[in-house]
Amino acid sequence: MGKTLYEKVWEAHAVRELPDGRTQLFIDLHLIHEVTSPQAFAMLKERGLKVAFPHRTFATVDHIVPTDRREEPLADPLAQEMLEALRRNVKEHGITFFDLKSGRQGIVHVIGPELGLTQPGFTIVCGDSHTSTHGAFGAVAFGIGTTQVRDVLATQTVAMQKLKVRRIEVNGRLLPGVTAKDVILHIIRTLGVKGGIGYAYEYAGEVIEQMSMDERMTIANMSIEGGARVGYMNPDETTFAYLKGRPYAPKGEDWERAVAAWKALASDPDAHYDDRVEIQGEAIAPTVTWGVHPGQSAPVDGRVPDPADFPESERAQVEDALRYMKLTPGQKLTDVKVDVAFLGSCTNARLSDLREVAKYLRGKKVAKGVRALVVPGSQLVAEAAEREGIAEVFREAGFEWRAPGCSMCLAMNPDRLVGDELAISASNRNYKGRQGSPTGRTVLASPLTVAASAVAGHIADPREVLGIGGEDATD
Amino acid sequence: MPPIKRIQGRAVPIRGRDIDTDRIVPARFLKTVTFDRLGEALFYDERYDEKGHPKDHPLNDPRYAGAKILLVEAGFGSGSSREHAPQAIKRAGFAALVGESFAEIFFGNATQIGLVAVTVAPEDLGYLFALVERSPETELVIDLEKMELKAGDRVIPVFLPEAVREAFLEGRYDPLEVLLEAMDRIREMDARRAGPGKPGVY
Repeated sequence: MGKTLYEKVWEAHAVRELPDGRTQLFIDLHLIHEVTSPQAFAMLKERGLKVAFPHRTFATVDHIVPTDRREEPLADPLAQEMLEALRRNVKEHGITFFDLKSGRQGIVHVIGPELGLTQPGFTIVCGDSHTSTHGAFGAVAFGIGTTQVRDVLATQTVAMQKLKVRRIEVNGRLLPGVTAKDVILHIIRTLGVKGGIGYAYEYAGEVIEQMSMDERMTIANMSIEGGARVGYMNPDETTFAYLKGRPYAPKGEDWERAVAAWKALASDPDAHYDDRVEIQGEAIAPTVTWGVHPGQSAPVDGRVPDPADFPESERAQVEDALRYMKLTPGQKLTDVKVDVAFLGSCTNARLSDLREVAKYLRGKKVAKGVRALVVPGSQLVAEAAEREGIAEVFREAGFEWRAPGCSMCLAMNPDRLVGDELAISASNRNYKGRQGSPTGRTVLASPLTVAASAVAGHIADPREVLGIGGEDATD
Repeated sequence: MPPIKRIQGRAVPIRGRDIDTDRIVPARFLKTVTFDRLGEALFYDERYDEKGHPKDHPLNDPRYAGAKILLVEAGFGSGSSREHAPQAIKRAGFAALVGESFAEIFFGNATQIGLVAVTVAPEDLGYLFALVERSPETELVIDLEKMELKAGDRVIPVFLPEAVREAFLEGRYDPLEVLLEAMDRIREMDARRAGPGKPGVY
């Protein structure tokens, strides 16, 4: 019987089996940022240990950085303190740091791939649950806690329990106006926010195969919102074409050898899966959330659900969500007014996300009373967007064009909701209080839906407001 | 690390399924380079209104003061990998959680810092919620050797992966010392394996 990519990568990285039955797993690439690493360095110091393999750890600063004024000292002294702690730690241990003035700073899950740090067959960890993003390359990538960050700094290994593997095939094709974000929101609604606990998700099928790396990353990124710590796609020609020539990717003869090795890592056709799910691409609509977790979603042209339509065990939770969101059962989703439109985050702030929106945004304006923000995922993305004239399209339309960081996805910097403002957001979590106000409301959506809603002033169907799909009809 | 065999104390009932780590510790409290003061941040936005006045919440209820156990529902700890969440629970004085299911990263983070997270059957959980809501003074005893929980006049089976249970009983839930034993083999793997900007095997 064949093996899955997950099993092959796991076996290649097993240092040994631990007395407790877990595996000691070698980590090829460790990414760190300012929020979850300072305590790990302090623990290391306490035990008198050093970073064992500094050439396998790379750092950037993303969560706390302001996206407007970045002169130092930063306005927030706590943010400045965290930035300086990271600078001290990387210097002391000889770790490469993509700092604010490096030209390569950005959200950790955007810069890893774009610099070629992320490669197929790697094990990749970071003190950040969206590390699953890197699985788009056929890596086994997962988020860890700070005590495990310490373990990786000290030993380049973690103690892990092997996961089961669920293959999720998305077949057929996507309809116009439906994006990778809608696919993953649909998957999470179908399988539930706890559905992935204990599993690695392998995404496959015609729709996934047709996708760009940016789109695959959007899907792998939100595996964790479906409860799966790991999500991955098998590497293919799209993967190799993306990586070729990136600064940290293999070069020359090493490149040829690497590609051959990567091809051999893909799941075998006769691999055993612990579970299989098939989803039809045509059944997926542009999707928005109406509740307080990413599984509470509906097609954008649908209505706010009625708690009575849910099994009794879920009813109280749905009622609580609607109370918090101040929504009424039966209300049309497109009647919900938006105060803020946020286009950013490790889910949807890559160049192709911005490029796709700009294509339809030209000549349109953000509605009066809507605060609209674009926060590119990295300095390289921002630079390319300026060069291509994309940034100008957003500015012309009335979006604020900001500097790269996590920004309003979790509001650890000054970008946040005020009071019970409602944001239509291209980010990944709609938890209560997530975007910085304890009563703030988040509606997750694709970049296209965010832009359409910014223009309309209410949750909007991108197919209507941006005229997507019209081209198809006249073909 | 001291072994953990038995946890005895009162329990605070925290209702709600799929409680995420943003609710356990709101992101603004992550602006710190230590874990020292996180106990105060635990469930902050659920415990206090925007002016900082206490709200009606079990953690503000004096009848539960000094409790050692958090009683929670299914899917507890979903979302972010922030270890700040279990750290806040531990630093607020809790030694164990009893629930129906836990998010994976949260469970791992809790285990590594010696915060015990056991599961019980849904009907037993219902009994426990009713019991401690009716009689907050009830002492619960979690016994990891017998894998049972004594509450009122009942003895309830608790669940924990066997490896994790042994790690608690033998005081080796923090794996660093064990991981360090393999440094020779790790050095060999580092030399052989590819890395960013470094040729090698995949």
